[in-house]
Amino acid sequence: MALLTILYFARVAETMGRSSETLDRPHGVMTLGALADWIEENGGNLGYRAKLRGAIDQQMAGMDTPLGDAREVAFFPPVTGG
Amino acid sequence: MIRVQHEDFDPGAELTALEETGAGAVASFTGLVRPDDGVTALTLDHYPGMTERALEVLASEAQARWPLSALTLIHRVGRLESGARIVFVGTASAHRAAALEACAFLIDRLKTDAPFWKREHLPDEDRWVEAKGTDDAAAEKWR
Repeated sequence: MALLTILYFARVAETMGRSSETLDRPHGVMTLGALADWIEENGGNLGYRAKLRGAIDQQMAGMDTPLGDAREVAFFPPVTGG
Repeated sequence: MIRVQHEDFDPGAELTALEETGAGAVASFTGLVRPDDGVTALTLDHYPGMTERALEVLASEAQARWPLSALTLIHRVGRLESGARIVFVGTASAHRAAALEACAFLIDRLKTDAPFWKREHLPDEDRWVEAKGTDDAAAEKWR
């Protein structure tokens, strides 16, 4: 399986206790939301799902977005720049 | 021109650079750290790589929607004290409407599309800033 880098930012990095990890893409995980479910089933804490946002290969993506050939995925809270 | 940096910037110098493009109109927005509720400083976290890409997408969209001769987007990261400059948006065009509208578009959409997160420092605690629905509404009106 292809390696997948997962990045966590801001409050999500705090609840996860880490800011990144690289793993073999889990079998049967087809969407960003399914990956979030898999992370939590394996002991991760992404925080309130209603406040979870994500990106696939550095583009904002909804939780129902297919992972496709993603190499880098990120989870973070709603952005607050500017 | 797009920059994501720790260092401060000089709005006067940025405006002068935009004026030197020969446009008839220059508009700008500067965002500063507000001392709300005893906030003494902010720390700006971001997603390196994606941040620059998101800002480039916004700049391209602004260039496609308005006849701009130049635009400048600067966003600082790291720890910023109360009163410090956070963000600068500058636009240059032949006429005021395009410059003003593109400037408003860029700051409204930057707030919802670019991966930055603010952490507030108060005398007794630190806390993440919550996203505001009013920011989503402001960005939505440009879609």
